[in-house]
Amino acid sequence: MTSLERTLTLTVPSATEHLALIREFVANVGSQAGLGDDDVAKLELAVDEACANVIEHAHGHDANKEVTVRATFDTATLRIEVVDEGEGFDPTAVPSTPVEQMVHDRRTGGLGLRVMKSLMDEVSYEILPGDRNRLRLLKRIQK
Amino acid sequence: MPHPFKVHRTAEGDVSVLHLEGFLDAHTAPAFEQAIQAELDASRSRIVVDGEKLTYISSAGLGVFMGFIEQIREQGGDLKICGLTPKVRQIFEILGFQAIYDMVDSVPDAVQRFVTSPTREA
Repeated sequence: MTSLERTLTLTVPSATEHLALIREFVANVGSQAGLGDDDVAKLELAVDEACANVIEHAHGHDANKEVTVRATFDTATLRIEVVDEGEGFDPTAVPSTPVEQMVHDRRTGGLGLRVMKSLMDEVSYEILPGDRNRLRLLKRIQK
Repeated sequence: MPHPFKVHRTAEGDVSVLHLEGFLDAHTAPAFEQAIQAELDASRSRIVVDGEKLTYISSAGLGVFMGFIEQIREQGGDLKICGLTPKVRQIFEILGFQAIYDMVDSVPDAVQRFVTSPTREA
């Protein structure tokens, strides 16, 4: 069965002040795609985490760079790509440390990927040397 | 977007209560960090964080809780969390924060916890 696929894209300067706008965009896309309120909230948070990682780690708070969020959905799935211009740091390769150990070590970062994996059905990362890096998030749409 | 995040401080005896309002993300987390640091700078280590009006939290906000808790407990105090909406509480629970922090329903409950359980091992 084929179904109509739609793609919506938002590009913003790489700065945390735009995270609220990104969440608003993603929430609207999630609703259009047919996600329920609970899944829309999960999507908002997962994309926020992905973009915050890009802004902080991949771009080092350089607002001259851009973050692009591309959302593609059909009746079965919603796929989000977060595209950055950074050096290519694969967050999915970072080992998972227990939260208790992180507290003991006074580490405040590294939670974002854990949140993304908890909330989305699939998380993957693609590094395109000299071009772009893409974090892909997939959410299946419950009928 | 006016006032995306606010911290309002009250006190119950020697317990400081930080009431959070709005969204706590990577952009607004530094304001929360400064509010907790101000308590520690004033040697106030008995802290309640009231999240009743907190509409959203990301890991950047959760990281603030994580970054201070050891220091607060080393000073003989604790940070107790109350009033979270189900949506926000769910995020704390995804990361297992309920094993590290006292999380109760209301500010009076949280203040009372300082009597029954003044601190807690991380």
